[in-house]
Amino acid sequence: MSIELKNVTYTYMPKTAFERTALAGVNLTLAEGKLTAIAGHTGSGKSTLVQHLNGLLHPTSGVVTVDGIDISKKTKEAIDARHSVGMVFQYPEHQLFEETVEKDVAFGPKNMGLADDEIKKRVKDALDFVKIDYETYKGRSPFQMSGGQMRRVAIAGVLAMKPKYLVLDEPTAGLDPRGRDDLMARIVSLKREKKMTIIIVSHNMDDIARIADEVVFMHDGNVLLDAPPKEAFFSDDAIAAAGLLPPHTVSLLKMMKDSGLDVDTDAFTVDEAVRRIAKAMKRREKSC
Amino acid sequence: MAFIEINDLSHEYKGAEGQSTLALSHVNLTIDEGEFVAVLGTNGSGKSTLAKHLNAILLPSDGSVTVDGMDTRDASHLWDIRQSVGMVFQNPDNQIIAAVVEDDVAFGPENLGVPSAEIRKRVDDSLALVDMSKFAQFAPHLLSGGQKQRIAIAGALAMHTRCLVLDEPTAMLDPVGRQEVLSTVKRLHDEEKITVVYITHFMEEAAAADRVVVMEKGKVLMNDDPHNVFSHVEEMKRCGLDVPLPAEISWKLKKQGFTLPDNIITDEELVASLCQ
Amino acid sequence: MLTDITIGQFFPGTSLLHRMDARVKVILLFFLIIAIFVFDTPGDYALMCALTLGLGLASHVPLGTLMKSIKPLWWILGFTFLIHLCTVPGETITTVWIFTLTKEGFMRGFFLCLRLVLLILLSSLLTFTTSPLALTDALEALMRPLRVIGVPAHELAMMMTIALRFIPTLIEETDKIMKAQQSRGVDFETGSILKRISSMVPILVPLFISAFRRADELAMAMEARCYRGGDGRTQMKVLRVTRVDYAGILFIAVFFALQAALKIVGI
Repeated sequence: MSIELKNVTYTYMPKTAFERTALAGVNLTLAEGKLTAIAGHTGSGKSTLVQHLNGLLHPTSGVVTVDGIDISKKTKEAIDARHSVGMVFQYPEHQLFEETVEKDVAFGPKNMGLADDEIKKRVKDALDFVKIDYETYKGRSPFQMSGGQMRRVAIAGVLAMKPKYLVLDEPTAGLDPRGRDDLMARIVSLKREKKMTIIIVSHNMDDIARIADEVVFMHDGNVLLDAPPKEAFFSDDAIAAAGLLPPHTVSLLKMMKDSGLDVDTDAFTVDEAVRRIAKAMKRREKSC
Repeated sequence: MAFIEINDLSHEYKGAEGQSTLALSHVNLTIDEGEFVAVLGTNGSGKSTLAKHLNAILLPSDGSVTVDGMDTRDASHLWDIRQSVGMVFQNPDNQIIAAVVEDDVAFGPENLGVPSAEIRKRVDDSLALVDMSKFAQFAPHLLSGGQKQRIAIAGALAMHTRCLVLDEPTAMLDPVGRQEVLSTVKRLHDEEKITVVYITHFMEEAAAADRVVVMEKGKVLMNDDPHNVFSHVEEMKRCGLDVPLPAEISWKLKKQGFTLPDNIITDEELVASLCQ
Repeated sequence: MLTDITIGQFFPGTSLLHRMDARVKVILLFFLIIAIFVFDTPGDYALMCALTLGLGLASHVPLGTLMKSIKPLWWILGFTFLIHLCTVPGETITTVWIFTLTKEGFMRGFFLCLRLVLLILLSSLLTFTTSPLALTDALEALMRPLRVIGVPAHELAMMMTIALRFIPTLIEETDKIMKAQQSRGVDFETGSILKRISSMVPILVPLFISAFRRADELAMAMEARCYRGGDGRTQMKVLRVTRVDYAGILFIAVFFALQAALKIVGI
């Protein structure tokens, strides 16, 4: 099963002087079990796109289906389908509002109408998963935690709803290097351990290249390209048209190749890049 | 005498229930006129607290800070210090005061009591310096993050500031915005001889500086040329930071027995040493 | 849609109305508002409508946009009209259920609504043709004499400037927080009134926290830019009374004279 967008257009403030088309006939399939990254510069339509995935916005025309169900309907089935898509907005710590960490994480499950012991179990699991110690923090105010901890609590609040699909908008914005790496590792394990389908919006090409199964480039409300990283990040034209930059490893290796080192450029991690360079250097030594 | 001198500076935040946290502990640092200094450190390392001492938004719990010979604790110099050291903060939305770009840039000189005609000239000049002249009449909420930060920089320039302190100015921006801000700051440093203190989480941005200061737990851990700082790959990673990609690659290649020159931090340096 | 509000918006331009000194505009608006409430004959209303239309055309603000500023107040207007229609005693037009609709009620309701509409349109013309900053500067200048009795003129004006600046930011933020909480299962559309009110808590708490954080950061940014209250402050844009303003004052004076003359003649 999957999330599918069929010919989706979205227009802000139609029939006014401020009319603006944010999505212009998008066709896209977000396959179950995959980690899809959506990239594009500000104003490319990527934020508008993800808000369609759980029915926060409804298409001006076209259809969004989650596991085959049209989510614009008002039926119980459609509402359940919308709830199967969890959404973590940019700076999610800004939505915290309860007095305690436990209550805040429990907010989503409570709205779903779950039983108390099930809620408690989910809260504990979700906090465990984001590495916030349940016993230590459950009674504390989220507002007395550090920025990085608050973000993890906010993400736990969405995880506790056990969504089948999880959408994250720029999850690492503003974090320091260690915070970025830790959070990215958690997201990857959501896919591996919890078998969640992940959709991540990011302009950090280095992160995307390392973790994505599929990469979608957006530009001017259109999908420019939808391909695995090994293909996407070597489509120079699409990258340039989307106003993006290739991952640093790729541009660095390309620069070496242009300067005469016979190196393979398909590396997205530091270790891959080091291996490619070492191989090329050894080849060169032999030929001398 | 250096432009900014920080002597044995400590800063203590007093908590609600009498407990206190030491955000800075015995920091010694000097910044010379015309320098471009980057400050690195994880969240909570004290780098923002340090920045706020440079124009007397915070005052030392212990030790002293002098700007151009003026002690920040001396209230009679307060406005001279704030005029010579301009600040740019992380959140572009929370530092723009007026609803029109040019009015916002005028805010500083208006506070200083500069005559109207002179303000007009300064505003026009400052907007030109950050390449935002054509947005003078815009409402700030219609601008991109990078453009808003350039407006904030122009606001400081209009006060005829001599030193810009930027506290994670690119943390909330996309790559295009980050590039805009960094190149604007670099150009102001190179061409207008503005002293720059640039706090960041992005190692590549710090590599552009003349000097890098690494903070950890309220102390200065390293204070050196970027080439030297980023050759300490393991130490940087230990304190939750990183090094630019070329520095890490060359370090790993050297560990595998390849001979490479020391202190590689830029793409160009790595490519040149591998492809000679 | 939260982003669909036109009240308080400024339309940059170079029309006569745009070029007038904001202080003059505020004072003239003040007199016109008094006039709206003092005059009461149909002839007076006709003149007032003509003047408003004329000013609207002179402002170069599209008339449709101008009319849109009444939109948020439709229900108040409708309600006012109905109340008068049903409650004022007089010559009966017709009876609906227990309500007696009267001719007098119709007239009174109609003219009261017309007054409100004129009031909104004229005030909107001021905000449409005056930049928010010029407007606050004008209010500050006009309130300055009140400082002797302790009115903090500069502080009030600064508060208005900041409020105007942050309206779009906070609208955006509210929209974002609402969507985030909707994603966590909050339902704003169904349920009892009590339930709907309680569903506002997850919106209002984060919004207040964010507003406080913004205020705190803004205060620091203002301090860093040498803000220390109104004393010794200068302004880049100095308000200046020019020929356009004299023409405007004269025009309104002639208008009032005309109205008075008509009254004396007895139309």
